[in-house]
Amino acid sequence: MTKPRGMFDDALLMARKDLQLERRAKIGLGQVLPFAILVLLLFAFALDPDRGVLKQATPGLFWVTVLFSAVLTLQRSFGLESEDGILEALRLTGMSPAGIYLGKVTALTLELLLLEAVLAVGVAVLYDTHFIGIPLLLVIAFTATLGIAGAGAVYGALAARLRSRETLLPLLLLPLLAPVLIAATRGCEVSLQREAMSGWPWAALLGIFALVYLTLGSFLFRPLLEDA
Amino acid sequence: MTSTKIESSSAAAPAPIGTGSRGTKVLGATALFFLVLAVAYGLFISPADSQLGNTVRIIYMHVPTVMAAYVAFLITALSSAMYLWKRTEFWDLLGSSGAEIGVLFFAVTIVDGALWGKVTWGVFWRWEPRLTTSAVLLIMYIGYLAVRAIPADPKTRATRCAIIGLVAVVNIPIVHKAVDWWRGLHQGKTVLGTIHPDMGGTQLFAMYSALIAGLLVCAWLFVHRFRAGFLAERASELGLDQALEERRLESSPAAPSSRGARDDLGGPQT
Repeated sequence: MTKPRGMFDDALLMARKDLQLERRAKIGLGQVLPFAILVLLLFAFALDPDRGVLKQATPGLFWVTVLFSAVLTLQRSFGLESEDGILEALRLTGMSPAGIYLGKVTALTLELLLLEAVLAVGVAVLYDTHFIGIPLLLVIAFTATLGIAGAGAVYGALAARLRSRETLLPLLLLPLLAPVLIAATRGCEVSLQREAMSGWPWAALLGIFALVYLTLGSFLFRPLLEDA
Repeated sequence: MTSTKIESSSAAAPAPIGTGSRGTKVLGATALFFLVLAVAYGLFISPADSQLGNTVRIIYMHVPTVMAAYVAFLITALSSAMYLWKRTEFWDLLGSSGAEIGVLFFAVTIVDGALWGKVTWGVFWRWEPRLTTSAVLLIMYIGYLAVRAIPADPKTRATRCAIIGLVAVVNIPIVHKAVDWWRGLHQGKTVLGTIHPDMGGTQLFAMYSALIAGLLVCAWLFVHRFRAGFLAERASELGLDQALEERRLESSPAAPSSRGARDDLGGPQT
C-alpha cells in the first residue's frame, strides 16, 4: 500500500517540474538574465559613473533590477500554467493547493537566487562594488527573495488568467514589494558599511514579510485555484 | 441589511430603483451639519496655532480623511475574509465599496499632505513616513480596483478581489514599519503624523467636528456605493435575462428557422 502524498511531497514535485521546464526552455538564462544585465547598464548610462552616484546607489539599483526581473520570471512561470488549462489539470491531479504554491515558491526562489548571484558579479564588475559583511548579505538575499517569491506567487497565479496580466501583475505586485525593496536595500547598505547601524533588524523585517506571505499564500491558494 | 446570495434570483423581490432612503437622508443631513461646523470652526472661528500658524487648518482635513480611509480599508479586509468564508454577494459588494471609498479618501489625504508640504517647506513632496506609506497603499488599492474593473463572472471577480483585499491589508503594518525605519535613518521626526499641536477650545472643537464629519461622510458614501453596486449587479442580470429571452424568441417557430440562422452565420453548406 502506497503512502499518501503530503503537502511537502507535492511541493517538491512541483518545484522539480518547474525547474526542469526552466532547464529545458532556458528562458531565465536566455531572456531574463540578459534583461537584468541590460538594466544595470541602463542605470550606468542614466547615472554618470564618474560622479559616484552609481556606486552610492548600488544596493538600491541591484534590488530594483531584481524586482523587475522577478516580475518577468513570475509572468513566465504562471504563463506556462495558464496555457491549455494546466492550472485546472493541476487541480485534477489531487495535489494540495498549498503544496502547489510552496513548490512554485521554491522554484521561483532558486531561480531568483541564481539570478541575484550573477547580478552580484555584474555589480562587482560594472559598479566596482566590494562585498563585505557576507553573512548578512546572504541572509538578506535569501529572506528578500523568499518574500518576493511568496507574495509574487499569489499575484502571479491571480493575474495568470487575466487578459491584461502583463500590465496588472506589476501594478499589483510592485507596491506590495515596496517594504522588501526598502529593507533589502538598507540591509545591503549596512552590510556594505555605508550606514552605521545594525543590519539585522532589516533582515528580521524581511523574514517577517516572507513568513506572513508564505502563510497567507498557503491558505489563499485553494480559493485562487478553484474560483479565481 | 440582509445578505444576498450570488445565486439568488432577482425575481424574488422588486429591486429598489435608487440608492437613497430615509436613513441615508438623515445620515447625509447629519454629515452636512458636522461639515458646516468643521468648516466654520476650522477655517474661520478657531485661531491660528501659536507654532504652526494657519497651516494647522490643513490638519482639520488631513486627520479625518486618513482615518476614514483606514476605516474603509479595514472594512474591505474584513469583508474579503468574510467573502472567502461565506461566499455571499453582500460581503463582496461591501469590500469593493470600501476599496473605492478608501482610495478616494487616501487620494485626498495625499493631496492635502502635499499642500501642507508646499506651505511648510516650499515643496509638494518630502519623504515623510506617513505620506509615503499612504502613496504605496493608494497604488496597492488602485490595483484592487483595476482587477475589479475587469469583466468576469461575479464569483470569480469576487474571489480575486477578496484575495487582493486580504493580501493588501496585511502589508499595511509592514509598509508602515519599513518606511518609518527608512526615514529614521535620514531625518528626524517631521510633519503631519508627528506634530502634536497643543490644541484646546475652538481648535479641539474644530478637529472633533471634522473627524465626525469625515467618518459620517464616509458612512454615507459607503451606503450609497453599496446600493449602487447592488443595483448594477441586478441590472447586469436583467440584461443577461433579456438577451436570453431575445435568443429564445429568435429560435421560436415564428422567427426565422434555426437552419436559416446557421446559414446566415456561414454554417456548412451541403
